[in-house]
Amino acid sequence: MTAPVSIRNATKTFGDFTALNDVSLEIEAGEFIVLLGPSGCGKTTLLSLLGGFLSPSKGTIEIAGRDMGQVPPSKRPTTTMFQDYALFPHMTLRDNVAFGLKMRKIGKSERHAKAEELLDMVGLKSSADKKPHELSGGQRQRIALARALAVEPDVLLLDEPLGALDLKLRRQMQDELKAIQKRVGTTFVHVTHDQEEAMAIADRIVVMNGGKIEDVGRPEDIYMRPKTLFSASFMGEVNFIPGTLDAATDDGVHINTILGAVKLPATALCTPPIKAGEKITLAIRPEHFRASTGTGPRITLGAAKISDGAFFGTHHRAHLSPVDYPNMTITAHMPQSAIIEPGAWIDLTIDPASITVLPGHPSAAKQEDAP
Amino acid sequence: MISSRFSKALSWAYLIALYGFIFLPVAVLVLFSFQDGRLPVPPFNGATLKWYAQVFADDRLMSALGNSLMVALGSSTVACILGFCAAYGLARYILPASRLQRGLLVAPMTVSYLIIALGLLSTFNWVGISLSLWTVGIGHVVINLPLCFAIIYASMGDHQKNIERAARDLGAAEWQVMTQVSAPMLMPSILAAFFLSVTFSWDEFIISFLLSRFDVTLPVEIWSMLRSGLNPKTNAVGSIVFLVSVALLLILELIVFRRTAKK
Repeated sequence: MTAPVSIRNATKTFGDFTALNDVSLEIEAGEFIVLLGPSGCGKTTLLSLLGGFLSPSKGTIEIAGRDMGQVPPSKRPTTTMFQDYALFPHMTLRDNVAFGLKMRKIGKSERHAKAEELLDMVGLKSSADKKPHELSGGQRQRIALARALAVEPDVLLLDEPLGALDLKLRRQMQDELKAIQKRVGTTFVHVTHDQEEAMAIADRIVVMNGGKIEDVGRPEDIYMRPKTLFSASFMGEVNFIPGTLDAATDDGVHINTILGAVKLPATALCTPPIKAGEKITLAIRPEHFRASTGTGPRITLGAAKISDGAFFGTHHRAHLSPVDYPNMTITAHMPQSAIIEPGAWIDLTIDPASITVLPGHPSAAKQEDAP
Repeated sequence: MISSRFSKALSWAYLIALYGFIFLPVAVLVLFSFQDGRLPVPPFNGATLKWYAQVFADDRLMSALGNSLMVALGSSTVACILGFCAAYGLARYILPASRLQRGLLVAPMTVSYLIIALGLLSTFNWVGISLSLWTVGIGHVVINLPLCFAIIYASMGDHQKNIERAARDLGAAEWQVMTQVSAPMLMPSILAAFFLSVTFSWDEFIISFLLSRFDVTLPVEIWSMLRSGLNPKTNAVGSIVFLVSVALLLILELIVFRRTAKK
């Protein structure tokens, strides 16, 4: 089963602390939504509001068009997959998975059949009589998923379920989670602070910070066309070059940066529109620097000196200091074949289409939030 | 060299003295329960089992033993159920003055059994409840409830809280969470509380003495035997009481603590 979720102006305060500040979000039925942000950004609070473990101080939450205001967790069409799995230690895996059905007064043979079907789906059918403490972390995680899906919820809430797994297992579980979600069609709302995990599994990512939604969109949009400085820096490494907007004309956007004036296509501007004279920041991903020769449009931000470089397998990662602003450090990814010589000069050449213009100047605090 | 030998000898002597101090009375009691003679005092005249035969043939002793078991099992069950409910409430809900309530629940541990017995005696007189094994059982619930509460409360952590949350999330009502998730999950500590309180109730004398009338528990029956003087039979029944206590502690050790260690 599956259902749309609609969150309208949800606010949650704990005493003086505002954990969630006027958040609105529409989630379609069957969507895989990832709430992404640093700890304390309000993503877990939002998940708890959906699950009914907390109730909003203001605003409403609707699931399948029904207001959830007074509905306790046990009566909601949601189930939660907890970070520590929260399996019942005294029950077999079969009884763990069948627990929700037992609470719904489904007969023993029927619920055991359903439990085994789900155990089969997560590849643990042969372990049905084991207890949770006999399993590895990844297996427990699968049981938690099977248990939450057994009652056929409209919405499955996942509270950093992959956080305790090692990197390799985590990547494998991401693929499985996504495949299972496509198969059952249930709406998934998944909380994480790992942006790679978010990009790997999400249909849409919701970037949160300080109790507010910073950015919502497909992984590609959030990464390539972030709407805020926070969103840009949280999604991965990025170079911020401060400047001001001179004019937005028909033939493009004229910008004055500390590394010189550039003209960018109108698509580089994010919405809402920025007026001339306002402070802006160019966001450039390290992999978007290009060789100065080659096809396609190019702009340059002047020359820069290579201060150091390291080989990362897929690329060289180099630190550059621009000639116009030597205190600034720019991080660039260069091809595997490049020869990185500290002290050598290169041109900062970029395809203008890959630059995003964001409102405001980066503050020290915002930079620190980045992973 | 000499001084290290000397200190080693001294520590051995201390060890022997220490264990002698603790176990000699019990060893003497058990030894003279086998005394072939009429007085349980040295010299030891040789071994016989006739005093044990007499104990098992004694109807009053046997019915007192049955009473003791009944009171111990019954009062411990009640103490565990009440202790569990109190611990669950205080650990899982925000209650008014919960610190004070916790303090009040464990406070009876510091009050002497004599005072508790006297208090209950005057209360029963005032309310008009006549003394019986029931009143002894109530007395034992009063002394064992704080213990059961403290043991069970100490084992309720945040991890289990999340598991209970998961049960609620899957549709369990509050009583289902308690009976199907919390209690089975906390079973090792509930059993530990149960066996400990059985042991305490089994041994307890003052409350049983003051709150019983016609049917009495084993310690009270032994006490009335002692009034007619020492006798190897009292040693024999004392040894049986001791043996049962040891057996209970062994059960506790084997079932409960081994189960906890496995997890």
